[in-house]
Amino acid sequence: MKGSQIKIEGVSKNFGDFQALKNVSIEIKKGEFFSLLGPSGCGKTTLLRIIAGFEDPSGGDVTLDGASVLPLPSNKRHVNTVFQSYALFPHLSVFENVAFPLRLKKLDNSTIARRVGEYLQLVKLDAHKEKLPDKLSGGQKQRVAIARALINEPSVLLLDEPLSALDAKLRQHMLLELDAIHDTIGITFIYVTHDQEEAISVSDRLAVMNGGEVLQVGTPSEIYETPEDLFVASFIGETNFFSGTVASVEGSSALIDAEQCGRIRAFMDKSVAPGDHITLAVRPEKIRITLERPDQCDKGLNCLSAAVDEIIYTGFLSKYFVALRGGHTLRVFKQHVNYFAEESKIAFGDKVHVWWDVGDGFIVEVKRL
Amino acid sequence: MRKNYGPVYALPSALWISAFFVVPISIIFMYSFLEKGLYGGVVWKFSLEAYRALSNCAFLKVSLMTVVLSVLATLITLALALPAAYFIARSRYKNTLLFLVIIPFWTNFLIRIYAWIAILGNSGFLNNFLLRLGITHGYTQFLYNPFAVIIVLVYTYLPFALLPLYSTIEKFDFSLLEAARDLGATNSQAIFRVLLPNIKTGIFTAVLFTFIPAFGQYAVPQLVGGRNSFMLGTIIARELTVTRNWPLSSSISVALTVLTTAGVLVFLRINNNLGGKTKAEHAASTRLHLQIKQHDA
Repeated sequence: MKGSQIKIEGVSKNFGDFQALKNVSIEIKKGEFFSLLGPSGCGKTTLLRIIAGFEDPSGGDVTLDGASVLPLPSNKRHVNTVFQSYALFPHLSVFENVAFPLRLKKLDNSTIARRVGEYLQLVKLDAHKEKLPDKLSGGQKQRVAIARALINEPSVLLLDEPLSALDAKLRQHMLLELDAIHDTIGITFIYVTHDQEEAISVSDRLAVMNGGEVLQVGTPSEIYETPEDLFVASFIGETNFFSGTVASVEGSSALIDAEQCGRIRAFMDKSVAPGDHITLAVRPEKIRITLERPDQCDKGLNCLSAAVDEIIYTGFLSKYFVALRGGHTLRVFKQHVNYFAEESKIAFGDKVHVWWDVGDGFIVEVKRL
Repeated sequence: MRKNYGPVYALPSALWISAFFVVPISIIFMYSFLEKGLYGGVVWKFSLEAYRALSNCAFLKVSLMTVVLSVLATLITLALALPAAYFIARSRYKNTLLFLVIIPFWTNFLIRIYAWIAILGNSGFLNNFLLRLGITHGYTQFLYNPFAVIIVLVYTYLPFALLPLYSTIEKFDFSLLEAARDLGATNSQAIFRVLLPNIKTGIFTAVLFTFIPAFGQYAVPQLVGGRNSFMLGTIIARELTVTRNWPLSSSISVALTVLTTAGVLVFLRINNNLGGKTKAEHAASTRLHLQIKQHDA
């Protein structure tokens, strides 16, 4: 595996009184496609700029394969960046943009032509090498920026929201290409994005950040399926939240008196004691919706009765907004298996039963009183 | 399609330029081929005498001095204005700083030159200052030499160079410098390979705005220059008002205009060659763009 292992150890960064990063520690493995995901202002770009060498941290250390990079200026680090705005040199052709790092090294023309050719082929731009950047489409500019950042053969590639300027379809396409390039080159990618879908679909692992802190690090499925934090659960995907007090604890599950729906059962992924105030998260697609009451309601299921408030048909799935007895709205997603035979039978205003497995609820917040 | 009012909009300025630029310069051109009158003015008889006088050694020396002084003044102005414009463009207080650049224009140009005489003169501030510090003993002559002319020319044209430089640097995308450093460039490589090529237009404008007026300067060499720092502007005025040789002062004016125009043309040619293809492509795309716009309208 090529690429470098990166350790971010207790990095903090202050801009005046503002704490952009608070004691952030992440370990990124060799050759990993790692994403930093969070809303704007969460500190992810600042962290990337610290790794690139554009900012100095106020505290902590960043190491590449065990050696600190902080004493090195950005032009001496084996790290290259794909900028959000691409930052292509407008006075240079596509070829010269990609050749820029090699020209600085004063390589001979034939070597430069060969290597630039290779990388332009990698990003499928060899036909456009004489063009100036302002003659290129957004996706093409993006590719030039990637080729230019890769030609120095860095051990880590930093990508700062590289797809945010592209339209949705192109974004999907470029994402797949980025993934393919990552597989070909095999170096470590650190990808900054605020788009959870991008991060989840392409990363090996990701860190969810908010307010200058790392809230959870894990594989996309760990982050989505087992969110450890209220923010992580709400930022990634859609979630139903229940808040309530722990009534009693039985084995691996807890009985909870929820404000929204009365007594429900929750798997204890965090240890709780009776009297604790907790927030429980349940993904809408984990909740089933039926007209009949299921038989297993007393064995390991949480069953609630509700009335359909609204149905949003989105093609491959329907989103049901159902009102619980207390008036609280619950979101339930059901993928269409046989729309006319099954899903279309549930209509607006119907009395329905919604139910989910106890193991599908996650305690994302515990407040001890 | 909408009617094109372009020529109508351009009419007032076209009239103005015809009346106050084309006509006078034609008169000057015409006078340069006439005989001089005894007490000034011209005699309406064709003559090349005024041009023959140009081959005079003294005139060539003044021409050379004019070129040297204005080229040096331009280079020094550029060297001072570039970093200053960069600093202002990146400063949080750019509006205040720009304001400070413009403040000297509130005072009359001649008064500002006299201020320089008060600074550099024999009993001026600089001499008194140096004497007080004990660095010099007795008065030093700072005025009436080529250096004084260059200092005041640089002072005069600094804002004219600074403003176009500022406006291009201000539009420059500074993340390009970060990108250059990220790709392995040192700070100076980033400046020479990325910043300067991208603010080329500003640099060329600044050079033109400094060189052309400096080349034709009359007041500065007249007031702070000495016998060895005459410029063409000085002798044009002298021939016109003192010697009263109107054809000669006209022929020098024509020569000055031709020299300036030739210099600017050579300069533009260099500019075009540096980014020749870029410019042509740019022009082509602009034309296309305009056509599309007209079509849309």
